[in-house]
Formats: sequence, C-alpha cells, structure tokens
Amino acid sequence: MSGEVQRHSAAQKATKALNPERLVLSLLIVLAATATWWLVYSNLERFANWLVFGALGMQAGNRLAASIAFFVFEAPKVLMLLLVVVFGVGIVRSFFTPERTRQLLAGRRQTAGNVLASLLGVVTPFCSCSAVPLFIGFVTTGVPLGVTFSFLIAAPMINEVALVLLFGLFGWKVAALYLGTGLAIAMIAGWVIGKLRLERWVEGWVYATAPASSAASTEERTTWGERLTAGRDAVKDIVSRVWPYMLAGIAVGAGIHGYVPEQLMASIMGKGAWWSVPLAVVIGIPMYSNAAGIIPVVQALLEKGAALGTVLAFMMSVIGLSLPEVVILRKVLKLPLIATFIGVVGFGILIVGYLFNIVL
Amino acid sequence: MKIEVLGTGCPKCMSVEQNVKKALEELAVQADVEKVTDIQQIIQKGVMATPALVIDGKVVFQGKNPTVDQLKHFIQGA
Repeated sequence: MSGEVQRHSAAQKATKALNPERLVLSLLIVLAATATWWLVYSNLERFANWLVFGALGMQAGNRLAASIAFFVFEAPKVLMLLLVVVFGVGIVRSFFTPERTRQLLAGRRQTAGNVLASLLGVVTPFCSCSAVPLFIGFVTTGVPLGVTFSFLIAAPMINEVALVLLFGLFGWKVAALYLGTGLAIAMIAGWVIGKLRLERWVEGWVYATAPASSAASTEERTTWGERLTAGRDAVKDIVSRVWPYMLAGIAVGAGIHGYVPEQLMASIMGKGAWWSVPLAVVIGIPMYSNAAGIIPVVQALLEKGAALGTVLAFMMSVIGLSLPEVVILRKVLKLPLIATFIGVVGFGILIVGYLFNIVL
Repeated sequence: MKIEVLGTGCPKCMSVEQNVKKALEELAVQADVEKVTDIQQIIQKGVMATPALVIDGKVVFQGKNPTVDQLKHFIQGA
C-alpha cells in the first residue's frame, strides 16, 4: 500500500500510545469499577439471605431454601471473581506471547528448563487448538522435548478459571495447593519425559520441518492502553464462553447441597476408600469439561464427605488431561509417547491425590 | 495485496477469515484471501499460535481474534 497510508496509521498509533487523557480516563473507569465491584461483592451474602429468607419468606432448614440460597449467593460471587481475575490475567498475558516464551526456553537444559516452562505455561496465552503448531515451533527451534511437555502440561491444567473457582468456593488454601501441586506435576512429568529420551516417538516430519523464520520482528511494542483493551477482550471472550457451564455447575452443586444427605459421599469418595483415587483419575481422563462446569459440582461433593485429595485428583485429570487435546497431539506424537504422557501425568495426579488424603 | 489466514480449522480461525472479508468489503480494498490449514506451511511462516494473519508475506498478528475494525487497521497499515 502507499506510503501515505503507512504514515497515517503510524501517526494514529503514536497518538493512541501517547495520549495521556485517554489513559487517565481508562484508569478512572477501572478505579470506579473496582469500587463498585467491592461494594456489591462484600454484600452478596447479606443480599442472598435477605432474598431467600426475607423477601421470599422461606424457612431456614428447608431443603429447597438451602439450594436456592446456595445458588443466589455462589453464582454472582463466582461470576464477579471471574470478571476481575480474567481481566487481570488478560493484562498479565499481554506481556507474554508464545514467541517470547519460545525464545526464553530455547536451548535450556533439563530441570531449570522444566521449572521455567511450567511457570511460563501459567502466564502464556494458550489455546489447545494451537497446541500442534506450538509444539512444532518449540521442538524445532531448540526447546528440549521434556521442557516442551512441561509447558504443555501446565498450560491447560493451571488456568485462571480453575484458580478463581477454587479460590471462590474453597478459599485460598485449596487454590494455592492446586497451583503448587499442578506446577510440581508439570515440572516433574516433563523432566521424566525428557530423561526417557523419547524423541524417536515424535512423528518424523516434525523434526524435518524447517525451523521457523523469525516472526518476532513483526511484534510491536504494546502500550498500556492496548494492555487494558487486552484485559477487556479476555473478559468478553472467556466469560461469554464459560458462564453457561458455570451456572449449570453451580445449579447442580446447589441441588447436591440441598438434597444429598450429609456424609453420603464419605463411603464412596472418602479417605477410607483407597481405590477412590485411581478411580477418580481413570474416570477423569476421558471426561472433558472445563473448570467452570466441574468445580461447583466438586465443591458440593466435598461438602458431603468426599476427601479433598480424591476430589483434587478428579479435578486435575478432568481439566489437565483431556481427550480432545490428546487427539490433536496425535498428529505430532506417536502412540507410545502419548501413552507415556498420559501415564506419567496420571501417575503424578494419583500421588497428589493420595498425598492430600494422607496429610489432611 | 495477498492476505493469508493461518489456522487449523478452529472456530476462531473461521471467524478471522469472515471478518477479514468483511473488513476488505468495508474498506473497498481488493485482495486475494487465502486460508492456510497445513501445519507445516503455518510453521514455516514462523507462526506458533493460531489464528494468525499474513499480509504480503509478513505476519501481522498471531493467536488473536481481532474485531473487524482492528482488522481494518492491519490491512491499512500493510
């Protein structure tokens, strides 16, 4: 296109970047939104109780009332937490791109590389539909196979939606446990896969693919205005996709909360049942649900006597190991490597499950 | 002008292709729009996150699903 158009858009970009009024205005909007958010959030429980027991005049101790109160409180609470965290994560992720992550990981050795890759897996924007190009881009440009796997395990398992729900429904301790053990599994499983030297089970054409020419040159500096927009876009994108699952999950959870008798789950998913952890993992692997749908259900199970380790193991295998992702990865990995991948990660989850059942 | 939409067929990739066509229409700009679904070709362009957009051989973004207005900027900037 003509040089004039180019200058024009460059100028536009510059004004967008340098316009302080716009930035101040956006910051003010963010501030006002935060204040409103806090006001509403801190009064949710009072509102839910008032609505169910006051305005609707339901009796405390009534099963239906317990279910409704649970839903009226939890649904807006979790949605509000999700809004804030997804916005924040959207901004954080604008600092990381797959390309930058690749550059950071290229040529790293085992161990340090596994640790770094797992951490980057949490903050790098990742969609399982680009798992294959990402995998090839990594391994053909000097990122070791085991390090690549650390990234591929951490990226889907530790996601913002899961952490928000765990924090909102179980408190910060369980959220931190999930984050910590999820990272540990990604690091160790990647390290093990690296030590096993399984490069021969990667499809031959992958390594034959010419290393990518540098795409980094096209990346421009991102302004703060653009980062705020990235946060807003993340909210639009993720919340619009996730809310139906979340409401459905909370509704099922509300039903369990009100109607399932206390301690029913204790015999099936409690600490005493040693077989419940492997069973939870085996059932969880082929199940494909996002965190939004599964966690509210899991919360209700926990409340009825299921053991935390069992529940954590179930959650991790549902979220972290999913059938669609495995099918996508089959394009680049031969079956033995896929089996090893599922085996190693599944085993890690199993250990986490038992560990928490013993310790807590 | 030659525009390539890179993607393995996920819903986001289709939406980028449609939005690119819409943007071109609204700008009244002529361009060849091509969909690239072959993974090896995508990798060779240095792209690791789809959907991505390549204009005249240059990668303008990857791993995003921009609005029609944002796409207009990319097209005008090329």
